Amino acid sequence: MTIRLGGILFGLAITGVLLLWSLLPGALNFAFPTKPDYYAFQEKNIAPEGGFSFDGPLGKWDTQQLQRGYQVYKEVCSACHSLKFVAFRNLQEIGFTEPEVRAEAASWEVPGIDPKDGSAIKRPGIPTDQFPSPYANEVEARAFNNNALPPDLTLITKARKDGVHYVYSLMQGYNEPDPEDVAKSPDFETPPGLYFNEYFYNINIAMPPQLLDGIVTYSDGTEATTEQMAQDITAFLTWAGEPSLIKRKQTGWFVIGFLLFATFLGFMSYKTVWATKKPKKGSPDLV
Amino acid sequence: MSFAWANSYEPKTDLTKWLDEKLPVPRLVYNAIGAGYPVPRNLNYMWNFGVLAGFFLMFQIITGIILAMHYAANTDVAFGQIEHIMRNVNYGWLMKYAHANGASFFFMVIYLHIFRGFYYSSYKAPREMIWLLGVVIFLLMMATAFMGYVLPWGQMSFWGAKVITGLFGAIPFIGEPLQVWLVGGYAPNNSTLNRFFSLHFLMPFVILGAVILHIWALHIPGSSNPTGVEVKKESDTVPFHPYYTAKDGWFLGLVLSLFAFVVFFAPNALGHAENWIEANPLSTPALIVPEWYFYPFYAILRAFTGDLTIPFTGIVLIEAKLLGVIAMFGSILLWFFLPWLDKSPVRSGSYRPLFRIFFWIFVVDMAALFYLGGAKAEEPFIVMSQIATAWYFLHFLVILPIISQIEVPKALPFSITEAVLGKDEGSSKSATPSAPPAGAMPEPAE
Ligand code: HEM
Repeated sequence: MTIRLGGILFGLAITGVLLLWSLLPGALNFAFPTKPDYYAFQEKNIAPEGGFSFDGPLGKWDTQQLQRGYQVYKEVCSACHSLKFVAFRNLQEIGFTEPEVRAEAASWEVPGIDPKDGSAIKRPGIPTDQFPSPYANEVEARAFNNNALPPDLTLITKARKDGVHYVYSLMQGYNEPDPEDVAKSPDFETPPGLYFNEYFYNINIAMPPQLLDGIVTYSDGTEATTEQMAQDITAFLTWAGEPSLIKRKQTGWFVIGFLLFATFLGFMSYKTVWATKKPKKGSPDLV
Repeated sequence: MSFAWANSYEPKTDLTKWLDEKLPVPRLVYNAIGAGYPVPRNLNYMWNFGVLAGFFLMFQIITGIILAMHYAANTDVAFGQIEHIMRNVNYGWLMKYAHANGASFFFMVIYLHIFRGFYYSSYKAPREMIWLLGVVIFLLMMATAFMGYVLPWGQMSFWGAKVITGLFGAIPFIGEPLQVWLVGGYAPNNSTLNRFFSLHFLMPFVILGAVILHIWALHIPGSSNPTGVEVKKESDTVPFHPYYTAKDGWFLGLVLSLFAFVVFFAPNALGHAENWIEANPLSTPALIVPEWYFYPFYAILRAFTGDLTIPFTGIVLIEAKLLGVIAMFGSILLWFFLPWLDKSPVRSGSYRPLFRIFFWIFVVDMAALFYLGGAKAEEPFIVMSQIATAWYFLHFLVILPIISQIEVPKALPFSITEAVLGKDEGSSKSATPSAPPAGAMPEPAE
């Protein structure tokens, strides 16, 4: 009895406090939020026509595309962005042969030490090195980028909501602002040193447009349009973020198939075991 | 500790006879989860979740131990260490995703297990101790999961830890020093990460110990059942093995298939993208929220937006933050009192027409809290979480005690046998809708 009385009192007290001191003041000047009067970014990303080759439970890497994406990373993105969790040896997974990987690694300069006097030098990479950062440290990175910090790209497709499509959209998001939206948002402007990009949460991004038509010359002869490069770099970064993606899905089929089979066997034995204990309509012989 | 008609263990081979004399583990297993443990024959699938919870506890321990072999609790390397597991350790990606989603499934299973308890009032006599231990387990699980989420040292790890440990700062007088002592500094740092790793490794074994007590306590009265009428005789029960091993077995397969689907095809669906960004104490995420399984309690915490003041004087009695903290902890601690708040003699919600209506309203209320805990802290979500929080407390502390006084329950079946077969020789058929008094169960043999 005391517990119930105490409970009722505590319950009434806490709801009373909540309703009178928190809800009431809020409710007095409560208004449903209207459409924001700032220029809101596009939360809905675009996807390439026909999707990516690695989409869906049956997806596969398109190694040709991953290699093109690697080329875009190397020739464009790597000027500002690191890819620190990927090693050159990983390139073998996207179709480079071992000698190619060695040559590829050697074409990058990585920090090392002089074997004679131990001073800091740059040396050509070897397959076990990770991709080097373009800047010595964060201060240098910001100094070069209008005080913005170019993020590491290894996990970018996982570190943003709907990340794969986000990267694809962002690369193509340097459009003209929508005049209607601009009219509705009196404060809207793009300050110098920033660039309008409707997929960026802040609408203005410190990264200039990168994938201008023809900025790379694909070695496999594919035409390097903005859309094509956006697709390729997105595919490459998806692989970089999760190299095990395809293996994971393939393993998944096998595991789920096995589990469903075991479940089916288990269900049949459950039925057999319970046959005499479950009431069936019109069967009097239950025990 | 079982019913008089329980099968008794007969060792057959020389080896088992020898073992039975020296250390009767086979006998223990036989009596606990074998043919020697009689269980009500009418359990529905809501009674499968205890065994599932046990499975996921062991699963988390095993995947966790493997992950710990490759992890390093140091703020400089922890985030990269997770990437090392994802990329370089054989099937490391599988261990990491299985462990992360295993926690989610563990909580899903536990929430269903707890809601089974709410609906069938499994917390009532003679099962109060099972319930009390269950609440202890739930609190331990929350602490364990919270600390585990800090280990990858992503953005949400850091900021979640900062918000939650900051709650201790709301306690009057000792709050600040207590918080600094718990965290080992003014914000989560390397000491925090180290102690969280240590405790995150330890606590699952504490939970395991509590689970053993939980099941021990369960085996004294035995399981309840969907009618809430206690077991009276042998025909009310079946031996756990093979009946419930078969039922639990196939159902485990089904749940594991679902689990495998999430692990292999949508492993990040239940998590936050921000946690794939390394922790940065200088950059606050736009929205700091915990993992989904904490949402209802996070919603309760955030519902208190106004300080408790003496009206028209502006004198603050209790700050809003402290109110939120009291309510959040109170919302779980009140479960400890549930056996004494709900005094209806009828256990099963199926025979309690009024209770049933409020039970389902409460389910909707919880669903709302689940949604609101992850929502942005802006209107209309704030007002909604305030209403939902108020209802949460009213439900347990005011509505339940009152219902249990005024409700007229439906007629109960005479026995489980009658509920299943529609007839029972022992029944006089004139059974009035009187509930079995709390002690009306067969004397447990031995
Ligand atoms: C690691 C966590 C847990 C494990 C392994 C576990 C295990 C079990 C098992 C195996 C049973 C018997 C089968 C069943 O009724 O489903 C059971 C029953 C029960 N559990 Fe748990 N449990 C856990 C957590 C909890 C929690 C958090 C609560 C409540 C807050 C709880 C409350 C109960 C109650 C009341 C029963 C008796 C149900 C009845 O017979 O009607 N358990 N538990």
